[in-house]
Parts: sequence; C-alpha cells; structure tokens
Amino acid sequence: MTTAKPKPSLTAEGQASFTRTAPAVATALLSLEFRRLMLTLLGWGVSLLIFFPILWMAMTGFKTEAAAIADPSFLFTPTLDSYSAVQARADYFKYALNSVTVAFGSTLLALLIGIPSAYSMAFLPTRRTKGTLLWMLSTKMLPPVGVLVPIYLLFRTTGLLDTRTGLIIVYTLMNLPIVVWMLYTFFKDLPRDILEAGRMDGASTFQEVVYLLMPLTLPGIASTGLLSVILSWNEAFWSLNLTSSNAAPLTAYIASFSSPEGLFWAKLSAASTMAIAPILVFGWMTQKQMVRGLTFGAVK
Amino acid sequence: MSKTRASGRTVGGLRSLSLQAPAVSLLLLWMLVPLGMTLWFSFQRYNLLMPEMTGFAGLENYEFLFTDPALWRAIGNTLLLVGWVLVITVVGGTLLAVLFQQEFPGRGIARVLAISPFFVMPTVSALVWKNMMMHPDNGVLAWLARVFGASPVDWFSSLPLTSIVIIVAWQWLPFALLILLTAMQSLDDDQVEAARMDGAGPLAVFFYITLPHLKRAISVVIMIEMIFLLTIFAEIYVTTSGGPGLATTNLAYLIYMQSLLDFDVGLGSAGGVVAIILANIVAIFLVRLVARHLEN
Repeated sequence: MTTAKPKPSLTAEGQASFTRTAPAVATALLSLEFRRLMLTLLGWGVSLLIFFPILWMAMTGFKTEAAAIADPSFLFTPTLDSYSAVQARADYFKYALNSVTVAFGSTLLALLIGIPSAYSMAFLPTRRTKGTLLWMLSTKMLPPVGVLVPIYLLFRTTGLLDTRTGLIIVYTLMNLPIVVWMLYTFFKDLPRDILEAGRMDGASTFQEVVYLLMPLTLPGIASTGLLSVILSWNEAFWSLNLTSSNAAPLTAYIASFSSPEGLFWAKLSAASTMAIAPILVFGWMTQKQMVRGLTFGAVK
Repeated sequence: MSKTRASGRTVGGLRSLSLQAPAVSLLLLWMLVPLGMTLWFSFQRYNLLMPEMTGFAGLENYEFLFTDPALWRAIGNTLLLVGWVLVITVVGGTLLAVLFQQEFPGRGIARVLAISPFFVMPTVSALVWKNMMMHPDNGVLAWLARVFGASPVDWFSSLPLTSIVIIVAWQWLPFALLILLTAMQSLDDDQVEAARMDGAGPLAVFFYITLPHLKRAISVVIMIEMIFLLTIFAEIYVTTSGGPGLATTNLAYLIYMQSLLDFDVGLGSAGGVVAIILANIVAIFLVRLVARHLEN
C-alpha cells in the first residue's frame, strides 16, 4: 500500500483540505484509485474462483473427450459432439418436462395449502401457533432415508411409484414447512388494520385472503414460490428412489450418466450443463426477489 | 362483554383451526405414518434377504445398532460435517458480504456469479468436484499442484471428510453470502460514518457495528443450513459412498446402507429412529436460538 492513510477523520480532512498541497492531493487520489483497483481485483477474483467449477463444467461440455482429460486449457476448438451423443442416449426434453411439471406443480400445491394456514397463524394466532410452526420446521430435519422404506411400500401399494403425481405429493410435503414459515413472516408484517377494514366492509375470509392479503403480499408469495421451485428442481433423494423411467426428472437424468460413464467427462459435462442451465438462469433472474423470502423478513 | 369476547375467541379458534387443518394434518400424516411404520419395523426382524426370519425382535435391532461402532462414527461425522460447513459458510459468507458491499466496477455481475453454486443441483456439483476438480490425475487441483511442483493430493482417499466439507461448503457459502448481503444493505451508513469520525478503524467498525447488525441474519443462516446439512446425502452418495471405510458415512448414509444395501429394514429403521431423535435434539437447540433472535 502507499503511505497515505486511508482513514483520516472528517474534521481533520476538512482542515487539511485548506493546507494540503497539490502533490498531497495527488497522492490521496492515487491511493483511492489504488484501493479501488485492489477492490475490483479482489471482488472479481473471489467471484470467479467460486464460479470456476461451473464455468469449467460448461466448457468441458464443448470439448472432445480427449481434450476433457488432457491438461486444463482454456484454448480448444469447441464441438457439439458431446451434446448430440448425450441427446442420442436419453431424451433431455422428457426429463426436463418432468422437472418443470413436478417443480411447479408441487410449488403451486404447497402455496395453495400453505397460504390459508399461514394466514390463520399470522392473523388468528393462538398459544400453540409458535409451537406448531417450529414443529413443522422440525419435520424437515428428519433424514428422508429414515422413512424411505415405508414411503416406498406405500407408493407401491397405491400405484404412485414412478408417477409425477407421486413426486408432486412428496415435494409438496417436503417444502410445506418452509413455505408456511416464510408466508407467515410476510403476512405478519402486514398491518392488521388493512384486513380489519376489509372485514368491516363485510369481506368473507376467502375474499379477505384473495382480494386483500394476496395482492398486498405478492412479492413475498413470489419469493416463497421461487425458493420452493429451486428446492424441488434440485432434490435428488426422493426422485432417485421413487422414479425409474416415466416420471424421472433431471436429477435422475444426471445420475444415469454418472456411474457407468463416469470417465466420459465431456458427455457428463454436457448433460450436467443442460440439467442446471434452466434453473441457473431462473435463479439469476429471480435472485433479488428470492432473497427477500430467504431472509424470512427477519433481516430487512 | 367478557362473554362475547370469549365466544369470539372460540369462533376465531375454530376458524384458525379449519384454515390450518390441511397443512397440519397433511404434515402430521406425512410424519406420523412413516414414523409409526419405521418405529414398528425397528422392533421387527425384517430382512429382505432372509424372508423366513420374521417376528418381534424386541430391542435386538437397537442393541446391535448401539454396540456397532459405525453408529457413533456416523453421528460424529454428521456433527463434524454440519459444524465445519457452518463455520466456513458463516465466516466466509460474512467476509464476502463485506467485500461485495463495497463499490467496484461490475459488482452486480460478480455477485451473481458468486451466488451461482446455490442453484446447482447437489448431484451435479458433487460430480463436477469429484471428476473435474479433485480427481488425482486429471483434476484441475492436481494440475495446479503439478504446476507449482507439489505432488497432487488424492482428495477422496487421503482427506475424505475434508473433501465432502469443501464440496458442501462450496454449495452453501453462496447461500450465506446471499442472506448476509441483504442484511448488510440495511446497515445504517450514518452510524458507520459517525464511528469513523470518532476515529474507529475498519476492524473496529466491523466488530462493533457490522457484526452486531448481522446477528439476526447469521442465526437465520445457521437455522436453514442446519435443516439441510443434517440430512446431506447426494454429495456422499455420488463421491465416496461413505468410504473409505466409514470415513464419510453420516447418519443418513448409514441408514441408507443398512436398509437399502444390506436389505435389513429392521436395523435400518432402528437407525432411522436414532436419526429422528438426534434431529429432535438439534431442533430443541434451534428452537432456543430462533426464539431468541427472531422474536419481535
């Protein structure tokens, strides 16, 4: 670093600015420029370091298999061979459609069940409300593997095995605790007077929820939904164990490339890139919105 | 007066009950039916490979489980994994949040790139790390080691649990960053400015103003991460399959091995019951944490 001190107190700076000579001002500016440069380098360096594995995977997908396992290089002739090979082996769009259906279906269902529940917790709280909420969250801490066998047997008897309906049910229940909790914190932030005014005007509970509560807390509902979509999209345990071919989403698609062809890195990378691209772009577009929900209104 | 209020409360209670009923009853079903079945199986002799062995087992499964060193190893690994990932993501996330709060050209894009790993599915990130980053021959890390004249590390056999921690921390660091960055934005600039004027250095500002401000956000991060970290499965399944030996077997993976690989549903179920009890102990701890920091 240069000799200039970066943290003069304001008053001292105020006095100094009258007496400061031109070279001193130049040094101060230079050190400011230098600090900015270092900050830019550090910020970009860290962010590229974190992003590197994803970038590397995307690049490897465009390499030949030989280039993929050669010494790392950013210079190569891109080829679409891996993509066409991957597509020839398994129909990407079938899996992607399953992922979309299951992720959005379960999210809609979870919101449908979660909104009334969160509404009553936020506006008609009882002594048990807090306990109920925490109990709901605690159900998320059970390892799914602990209840896999019973669920598997239940699904087999009811014919839900390897169906999108079955997966939607599981994901809805999986995300319901978080959905209810997030909605609850958003609803609680809403001034009660607004809903009370609606009730005075004779609105029923249903009208209150649909015409007052939902429009007013739409950003919160949206971010809750976004998180639920992402969690469902990336869920791998239930989808691997409860589906085989008909309802298999993209997580299963990836798994089908992982074990026997673990060494075909370019193909694996191409498949992985296709599996994460939709949700990555979705995440990039919605991250600002989503973060509001992730913080549960606890951090403004 | 008191009568109407009392009746009003009952009506409110009823309405509240009927509105919550779908969510609560579904979750109860979702929890109690499998839980009941798991509990039932845990007292049974139930091995899919030995269909002739059936009937009430009493505490046999539990006895076997608790005398098996694998259980304690798995509980230890679970706690180590959760603990280390929490430390790395919270400390790293805080530092990164401070960094990305500063103004620099392209900050928006840099931020988006840094939070990207959170959107990647666990199976994919585990595969990428295993095959392309940490592979002892062709991995990027091995190549880097060779470039600098060091001998490449065979990550998954010499540092198995560390490798899993690195992968999981890579996935959750962006999450912590995302939350803490949001919390940073509400930091009162005037307060920081005032402290600066009183002669506080950057470190003093960080420890006496920024950190206390982030306390609630940090407890949110810890709570959510704990929920997901306790049941980590895909990362282990894809990379080490719990090995070498039991080095990376956490509770979730142990149960999976017992019930699905060894086909011992009874023993696996007993493991499930232990996992559920452990989850509840952690839940009680969390309830305290949450109650303290999220109270209005």
